[in-house]
Amino acid sequence: MGYEFDFSAVLTDQYIGWLLSGIRITLMLSAGAWLLSFAVGTALAVLRATNFKPAVWLVATFVEIHQNIPLLVQVLFWYFAMPEILPEAWRDWLNQNNSEFILAMIAIAMCHAAYISEALRSGLRAVPVTQYEAGRSFGFSYLQTMSYIVVPQALRLSIPPLVNHSLLLFKNTSIAMAIGVHELTYQTRQIDSDTFRTFEIFLVATILYILMSFVIMAAGNLAERRFGMGAR
Amino acid sequence: MISFENVNKWYGPELQVLNDVTAEVNKGEVVVLCGPSGSGKTTLIRTINRLEPINSGKITVNGQETHAKSANVNRLRREIGFVFQQFNLFPHMSVMDNITLAPRKLKGMSRPEAEEKALKLLARVGLEEKAGAYPSQLSGGQSQRVAIARSLAMDPPIILFDEPTSALDPEMVGEVLAVIKGLAHTGITMMCVTHEMGFARDVADRVWFLDKGVLLEDAKPGEFFSNPKHPRAQRFLADLRH
Repeated sequence: MGYEFDFSAVLTDQYIGWLLSGIRITLMLSAGAWLLSFAVGTALAVLRATNFKPAVWLVATFVEIHQNIPLLVQVLFWYFAMPEILPEAWRDWLNQNNSEFILAMIAIAMCHAAYISEALRSGLRAVPVTQYEAGRSFGFSYLQTMSYIVVPQALRLSIPPLVNHSLLLFKNTSIAMAIGVHELTYQTRQIDSDTFRTFEIFLVATILYILMSFVIMAAGNLAERRFGMGAR
Repeated sequence: MISFENVNKWYGPELQVLNDVTAEVNKGEVVVLCGPSGSGKTTLIRTINRLEPINSGKITVNGQETHAKSANVNRLRREIGFVFQQFNLFPHMSVMDNITLAPRKLKGMSRPEAEEKALKLLARVGLEEKAGAYPSQLSGGQSQRVAIARSLAMDPPIILFDEPTSALDPEMVGEVLAVIKGLAHTGITMMCVTHEMGFARDVADRVWFLDKGVLLEDAKPGEFFSNPKHPRAQRFLADLRH
């Protein structure tokens, strides 16, 4: 083992600046994709729960497509192929507004929306039918019963898988580097090719990812304790 | 108040769960439904607010045909309280929220107003100290009393009980029956599926006896218990005494 570690080479003011900006983009991408994936995932799960044939079919297709194609392919597809079929005005707007960030966010969000809708679906199925019946017996409509009674319970039951998917989504933002989003992995590669201090900079990136993952896990634990069905 | 006209319900040609039921419940009356298990008591009571569809016949509640296509089922159900065998409290809400949800969301009652009312109802079922508790912290008897208070919060003119004490430990049956007794003859129309014959004798204005989906007896409790007309009812009562 003749390798000599030299962290000072990768932790200069300039590179720390790159890392911080990478962290910022990673967090923004995670947060944006997370919100979007939860909104879409919840809508998909509720749509599927209607048991209306075309809706069920549509959601099942969406889920299968997104679960069975590599995320990298989906990101590349959104970045290179989708703009081709968008109206001219949208394409121009995207190009002026950081298209790689927005399209990476959409691609990651759509992929994880599929997983989230499945996690919620299992949560929905775990809520006894009698809860739905009790809601309806008061005179609540289908949508009222779902939003006051069934979905809040399904969400609570789904907290553990949802935390897992949140963590996975966070880690998967690194794939956005493939289309040039300047997130943490991208910046790590940049510093690597600047310094050739591969081991050091990837160790630093690893630690940063682990620290951020811990924060998400801690938040998940807190949510489980505060809102979980066992919580009182 | 509630009338059944030739109500039929079947699952395929083999299984007829309600067979030409025709009967009437008057305003303010207490009717107890009894009969062997599988006789259609629960099904019958669930057809009133359309939790169960029927295949033919007519059910009228307060002059409104409930199974008509044009009937507004959500509006209709606001007028009919329903108490389930398994309580079906909402586990993610406190007792207070369980009781105030429907009046707030369906009647537009303000939160303070709904909570004041909920506390009165909780006092009525003897559980005012449980307002902040969650369903998982309640015993079966307490849960069912909360469920009754929750139904009453909508001020329904009709309340239906589907075996309200069947899921309870024996020592908790009494407290729930006492609450139901307290509601009887206060103007509210009640139907109750139960195996508690003592309760039927004390509280019911009339007892309906069902067997295989057929309404075999519709009699005053004194008459039903001392002198049942139908042999199937005689056998049922004899079996209960063992």
